[in-house]
Amino acid sequence: MPVESVFPRLEALLPHVQKPIQYVGGELNSTVKEWDEADVRWALMYPDAYEVGLPNQGVMILYEVLNERERVLAERTYSVWPDLEALMREHGVPQFTVDAHRPVGAFDLFGVSFSTELGYTNLLTALDLAGIPLDAAERTVDHPIVVAGGHAAFNPEPIADFVDCAVIGDGEQAVLEMTEIVRAWKAEGRPGGRDEVLTRLARTGGVYVPRFYDVEYLADGRISRVVPNRSGVPWRVSKHTVMDLDEWPYPKQPLVPLAETVHERMSVEIFRGCTRGCRFCQAGMITRPVRERSITGIGEMVDKGLKNTGFEEVGLLSLSSADHSEIGDVAKGLADRYEEDKIGLSLPSTRVDAFNIDLANELTRNGRRSGLTFAPEGGSERIRKVINKMVSEEDLIRTVATAYGNGWRQVKLYFMCGLPTETDEDVLQIADMATKVIAKGREVSRSNDIRCTVSIGGFVPKPHTPFQWAPQLSAEETDTRLGKLRDAIRADKRYGRSIGFRYHDGKPGIVEGLLSRGDRRVGDVIRAVYEAGGRFDGWREYFSYDLWMECAAKTLPGHGVDVDWYTTRERAYEEVLPWDHLDSGLDKDWLWEDWQDALDETEVEDCRWTPCFDCGVCPQMDTSIQIGPTGKKLLPLTVVK
Amino acid sequence: MAYSAGFTPHPKVSYANAAPTGTASEAEYLEIALADRREPQALRALLDASLPPGLDVLDAVEAHTSGFADRLTASRWELRLERVEPAEAESAVRAFLDAPSVEVQRETKKGLRTFDARAAVASLEVVRTPGGEAPDRPDTTPCAILRLVVRHLTPAVRPDDVLSGLRAAAGLAPPVPAAVTRLAQGPLDEESGTVADPLAPDRDATSVATAPGPTA
Ligand code: SF4
Repeated sequence: MPVESVFPRLEALLPHVQKPIQYVGGELNSTVKEWDEADVRWALMYPDAYEVGLPNQGVMILYEVLNERERVLAERTYSVWPDLEALMREHGVPQFTVDAHRPVGAFDLFGVSFSTELGYTNLLTALDLAGIPLDAAERTVDHPIVVAGGHAAFNPEPIADFVDCAVIGDGEQAVLEMTEIVRAWKAEGRPGGRDEVLTRLARTGGVYVPRFYDVEYLADGRISRVVPNRSGVPWRVSKHTVMDLDEWPYPKQPLVPLAETVHERMSVEIFRGCTRGCRFCQAGMITRPVRERSITGIGEMVDKGLKNTGFEEVGLLSLSSADHSEIGDVAKGLADRYEEDKIGLSLPSTRVDAFNIDLANELTRNGRRSGLTFAPEGGSERIRKVINKMVSEEDLIRTVATAYGNGWRQVKLYFMCGLPTETDEDVLQIADMATKVIAKGREVSRSNDIRCTVSIGGFVPKPHTPFQWAPQLSAEETDTRLGKLRDAIRADKRYGRSIGFRYHDGKPGIVEGLLSRGDRRVGDVIRAVYEAGGRFDGWREYFSYDLWMECAAKTLPGHGVDVDWYTTRERAYEEVLPWDHLDSGLDKDWLWEDWQDALDETEVEDCRWTPCFDCGVCPQMDTSIQIGPTGKKLLPLTVVK
Repeated sequence: MAYSAGFTPHPKVSYANAAPTGTASEAEYLEIALADRREPQALRALLDASLPPGLDVLDAVEAHTSGFADRLTASRWELRLERVEPAEAESAVRAFLDAPSVEVQRETKKGLRTFDARAAVASLEVVRTPGGEAPDRPDTTPCAILRLVVRHLTPAVRPDDVLSGLRAAAGLAPPVPAAVTRLAQGPLDEESGTVADPLAPDRDATSVATAPGPTA
């Protein structure tokens, strides 16, 4: 039975909301399939507004991978803004997909991709609007299976009550595997109901079903153990790793948004993973090992993607794009190919070295050299050893001077505040560094018209990193320290006016910290915030620290814990961490040693260029580093006019 | 596509008189400048294929004349007023047309503005569909259908301003928002009150144009 489109009812509401175009779908390269021609149907959500969610690569890739299969259908849904939410509630319009405007509640699976924990309240809004009970335990066989994915899913415990399962790591193969299991179960007439299909998924070892695990606590609030409560369910659930990226050239037909979005460009992922070993970086830790797309694979994806979309800018994405083994040839090859066509190329890289500037120069051959970004992350050489960001002050000044010398007028420097062992002194050195940068810049560019912007935010310790045991700096201390830095920069008469200062206050970081390292008890806080109207926590205009703290104060003491317990408390070696049963491949003992090395200010090399340092991932996940060089070059495209 | 000069070149596309948000339209026009000559119908098909369903590119002609936007001097609109008795709408229309001017207000970017909605209206009538009911209306709730021809003046008078005018002149207050559709745009023939095809001059020019385009 085909489900009915909610569009006629939605359309009547659209004249009364902001930016109605974000809800109408029909984008170039979007797909609408016949409902009855699919056996398994996925609704995929990025739990933020369309303008943020549409460009999300994860959702875009899975959407295409699934829709390419016969008898499988995938549609997208995004968070609706509160103005539409209120109208939908008033008029009984359910959460809908933008593709065929089908109700999310009618799908078999509802996959939600969390890049950050700040999307959790939006998950609850979407579930409720979809008519899906918030508590996974209350769902029936007719409700979709709610699946969490994305980086935040590496610790899904805070949303354990609300999701049916979580999948960690690369989604391409995982969604297909799940699709087959659901297909078979449906074909058999859904034997054993919801419990049975979840058991089948859990038995693969790669799908975490929170309700199949019991969490036991010690009297002091710490976890004593997490145990499977039925047979056949693994003690630990593994992450998924896609090998050979050239075999997965997605998205082949990137979506072209109808409304303005945060990234008005096409993205091509040039490699996955990063082994630089920055100790604060969760993305780097959980995506190991490095797997490159080949130079020719990249060239093909750019070519096909541009033909299929008409975009005028291509972003070469990865965690540190300058690290691709053939990035020089990639940049030059693409710049040559598209010189005539007004196709802009960009490469997110914040590496502090001269090579990075060469790349940037190549990519801006004809264009304007506006701004370059570098991320030393830590203000002092000492703290950079702690976080394993191997950049000396000398390197930094030399690099930035080269940038100014090459005609760049603006340099942005990224830092973090609240890193483990950090003191005021470490952060105040940022002011020092910035003045040296400006002094050197004026000297080499022979101009006073250069600027340097210091951008700094609070550090949040993340699961599956060496800093997972670290105490987070409180919001008050973060703000005090940032205030001192601001004053130090402003006090400088000669250079202060050339230095911009941007910072994020410490409060949102505490909520992020609570959610990142939280356990199942934090679910009560999320629910309370949602019920009190909390939405869109990633947006300054909606986020309310006070609301989160009020709700935490109401719910956590019942469990004998509080916000500080989750955030500013340092954990010990023996403590069972809420995410220990989710296997990112990283050996916990290796992480602990790396944490001890951090405290000793000892650095670790990159395993791409030095021998393996046994982080555990490759043997545990049966994966290996896949990098070039291939020695190939990008040839000019033959243009058919 | 042709691009503007400068540091950040923009594609040369100009949109004339876009219909206000929340209204439907069957008559929007835009001009695109190309770097090379292309067959307009082939381009039309390509554009149509890349636009979402419901956004249809109906026609394309090569511009041989200038001042296209200036030729769009009026629009013809249809306003469907659900749950409004046609007779009630008719008397409101009469009151509106009989008034020498009808002051209305609208919130604009520069604040609340007051202006006359009457002068821009070239014609306004309630249409009686033959047989009493339009085919897409299965039920029997009343519905008044208005046809409006409005001149493009400054300040622009939009269909919702005319609706405000009907409320101001005769207290007509539709219980549900009107469904508004632009049916045509083009030069207004003052005598007949009809809106003509704005592409006609270019079509005429095409049939007499002899110079072949450069081979691309
Ligand atoms: S196991 Fe060795 S080679 Fe693999 S990512 Fe870890 S350190 Fe690198």
